[in-house]
Amino acid sequence: MTTTSPQLRGTVAVRVEGIGKSFPGVIANHDVSFAIERGTIHALVGENGAGKSTLMKILYGVQKPDEGTIEVNGEQVGFSSPSDAIARGIGMVFQHFQLADNLTVLENVVLGAEKLHGIGQAAREEVLRISREYGFDLDPDELVERLGVGQRQRVEILKVLYRGARIIILDEPTAVLVPQEVDALFANLRELKAEGHTLIFISHKLDEVRAIADDITVIRRGTTVASVKPDEVTTRELAELMVGSELPSPSTEESTVTDVVRLELEDVTVRDGAGRELLADIDFTIHAGEVLGIAGVEGNGQTELVATVTGLLRATGGRISLGEEDITDWSTRRRREAGIGVIPEDRHRHGLLLDAPLWENRILGHQSRPPSSRGGWINRGGARTDTQRIVGQYDVRTPSIDTTARALSGGNQQKFIVGREMSGDPVLLIAAHPTRGVDVGAQAAIWDHIRDARREGLAVLLISADLDELIGLSDTIRVLLRGRIVAAFDPQTVTPQELGSAMTGAGEDA
Amino acid sequence: MNRAGNWVGGLLMVLAAPVLALVLSGIIASVLLLATGYSVGDFWSILLTAPSERQVVNILNYGAILYLSGVAAAIGFRMNLFNIGVEGQYRIGAFAGAVFAGSGWLTGPLNTIVAILIAMVSAALWAGIAGFLRVTRGVSEVISTIMLNAIAGYLVGYFLRKLGEQSGNATSTKDVPESSWVGGIDILKGSGQELLGLSLFAVVVGVLYWLVLNKTVFGFNLRATGGSETAAVASGVDVKRMVVVSMLLSGAVAGLIGMPVLFGDAHNYGSSFQTGIGFAGIAVALLGRNNPVGIALGALIFSYLHEQANNLNILAGISPDIVQVTQGVIVLCVVVAYEVARRVRVRIEQASVAAALETRRSERTEVPA
Repeated sequence: MTTTSPQLRGTVAVRVEGIGKSFPGVIANHDVSFAIERGTIHALVGENGAGKSTLMKILYGVQKPDEGTIEVNGEQVGFSSPSDAIARGIGMVFQHFQLADNLTVLENVVLGAEKLHGIGQAAREEVLRISREYGFDLDPDELVERLGVGQRQRVEILKVLYRGARIIILDEPTAVLVPQEVDALFANLRELKAEGHTLIFISHKLDEVRAIADDITVIRRGTTVASVKPDEVTTRELAELMVGSELPSPSTEESTVTDVVRLELEDVTVRDGAGRELLADIDFTIHAGEVLGIAGVEGNGQTELVATVTGLLRATGGRISLGEEDITDWSTRRRREAGIGVIPEDRHRHGLLLDAPLWENRILGHQSRPPSSRGGWINRGGARTDTQRIVGQYDVRTPSIDTTARALSGGNQQKFIVGREMSGDPVLLIAAHPTRGVDVGAQAAIWDHIRDARREGLAVLLISADLDELIGLSDTIRVLLRGRIVAAFDPQTVTPQELGSAMTGAGEDA
Repeated sequence: MNRAGNWVGGLLMVLAAPVLALVLSGIIASVLLLATGYSVGDFWSILLTAPSERQVVNILNYGAILYLSGVAAAIGFRMNLFNIGVEGQYRIGAFAGAVFAGSGWLTGPLNTIVAILIAMVSAALWAGIAGFLRVTRGVSEVISTIMLNAIAGYLVGYFLRKLGEQSGNATSTKDVPESSWVGGIDILKGSGQELLGLSLFAVVVGVLYWLVLNKTVFGFNLRATGGSETAAVASGVDVKRMVVVSMLLSGAVAGLIGMPVLFGDAHNYGSSFQTGIGFAGIAVALLGRNNPVGIALGALIFSYLHEQANNLNILAGISPDIVQVTQGVIVLCVVVAYEVARRVRVRIEQASVAAALETRRSERTEVPA
């Protein structure tokens, strides 16, 4: 561990010493130690699945650590619920907003905190005061459903300030924001800092972290590996600290790209019910043996792109072909039968029946194909045998194939899904954030499987927020911004910086 | 972890929840009796007296009808479709079947068969309205089926007055010709009561329900949709079609509910035709956790309590309402007990997965974080 000695700028607001937490099959924390000075913005960076969220849950009293101590303002504390944390002046702004759409800003803020200032004029004045003081520009009587994402986030921050928080944890606050909103957020955060608040900023977007943080603590594989100052490191160095030696090197393997077109999108456009463009004029071709990587800030159309290729969303314009066939109007089932395998972005929602045993999960998505079924009847024996094969071949760590999917760790669930989607001779594999939330061991295995798929002549559509993963695996990279493809790169020559500026539209006017 | 131990543990888990629930509801029922001033001793001694042979047959007859109703509800429940409308569906079905069978256009068993099909189709279509509204307009099936229940009640009442025959105070459809009756089965000689012939539908429906749900792709899709609609959609299941089809199936089974009594006992649909079976079926399905055997046990328990309620009233002056309250308490306790059991099971399973990983991990030198 390389800890830089903190210069005394003030007293320590939060000190975490030797925190450890383990629970079945999930990445845990061990020996996590850092100190956060009062009145600073302290960033906690780490990959998805590095253990940041567990740590935050411990700090916010959602979970209890197995070992180690937490000090707040010099006093040792033991939280058994978030209300204990709130009582100590710790507030949390969640990545997924916890707001009631059909209530006003004021109602959302006072909800659950009615005892502080009532629900009447006093509460309204307090909300207005906070909003004015930090430049939030919120109307207490506006319905939350009419607010944009950035404004909703300010309501969330207002909520924790209203409850008297002096230490505010922000969990990936920029994940849902467009660049202008990020700037506005940062202005608000600086304002809060100036007023003496302590901010804990969790992110894996290194440029942003370097722009806003006073101190950075890096978490890797569940533990704190370094504490650095933003002006002492480059983004690249920070990235290496974050992923350690696991940084995938760009594939030096020989290209396996053939000239057989597997997937072709021509001017594909998707509009939602209100006529807004979710995707516009998407044009690309993936050949057999080729990995096409899609880079982009989350929420720029990646989810919609996957949904459109798999048939969950219908293209309102353009044409999608798989091999020779026009599949634009095909149902999801027909597309899957034609050989589209999917590693979904959210495996719990789209990839698994959590309460069903593994062997039944083997059938999911393969209902109409052997070995899962025979003419409308489930082939229990066939499905079980093949599940056993996947468990062995893809190293899924499970006591048995009768174990429910829920009981497995994220990495093992993901390896199982990869194995299933590689079954039944797929021609196209869509991998959306395939290594998100999985442990490092599973991550390497999944990368290997994707390389194998490519070698076996599959076309692979890879969507990832992890630039190194994209550069390491792809044969060609496209950048998605606001539903459009705005740039194409060769992974052999591109730098993360170039990708990053294309992703944020920084190079748009050039 | 050894396999046999797991298996015994699993069986214990399966039995623990319902036993716990029954004991708990017994205690609550006793407290209720005390609070209302009835004799707890009388209640239990009568409730636990072995039923007479006549009563046994009654329990089976009513149990079969409850079972059909329970399966009708369970078909929807398995895919998170809350068909609260079994009540209305079976009344529409029974009425339509009775009108046709009583009209005498056909005779003999053919009349019976066609009338049963008409009952199933009309009940299915009635349920289909809710399915259609759900997939086209997004109307919650809970709300639409509750409203359709009310509409069904008035509609049947209106047509009964219009088409039915008056005899004394009661109005009913024309009697089914005797050639189309379905005779009873004298399973307990000398009981003076016969098992309704069409009660055997319960067995057929139960087997089909198990077979379709567990052995067919359709059943898998239905369970998958219930387990996770998003995952089912992503796997290629056409959920809209599933909603309509399972509503139709649920309604078709509901259409059978009135048949044993119509062809075996009442021979017409009248103002005294038994009501409330559709709602009881929801409770029975909950009690049996939508499992074909579980629903059968639930139906028999409810039917048993229903039968004993008469004795409670006659012998001890305990209001039969207390039995209904007990039934409600049982359902609540079962729901709670199963949820507790589910959480315990998940925890045990996660621990066993962790233990399995731990063993393997210690065999390796590297310890993944």
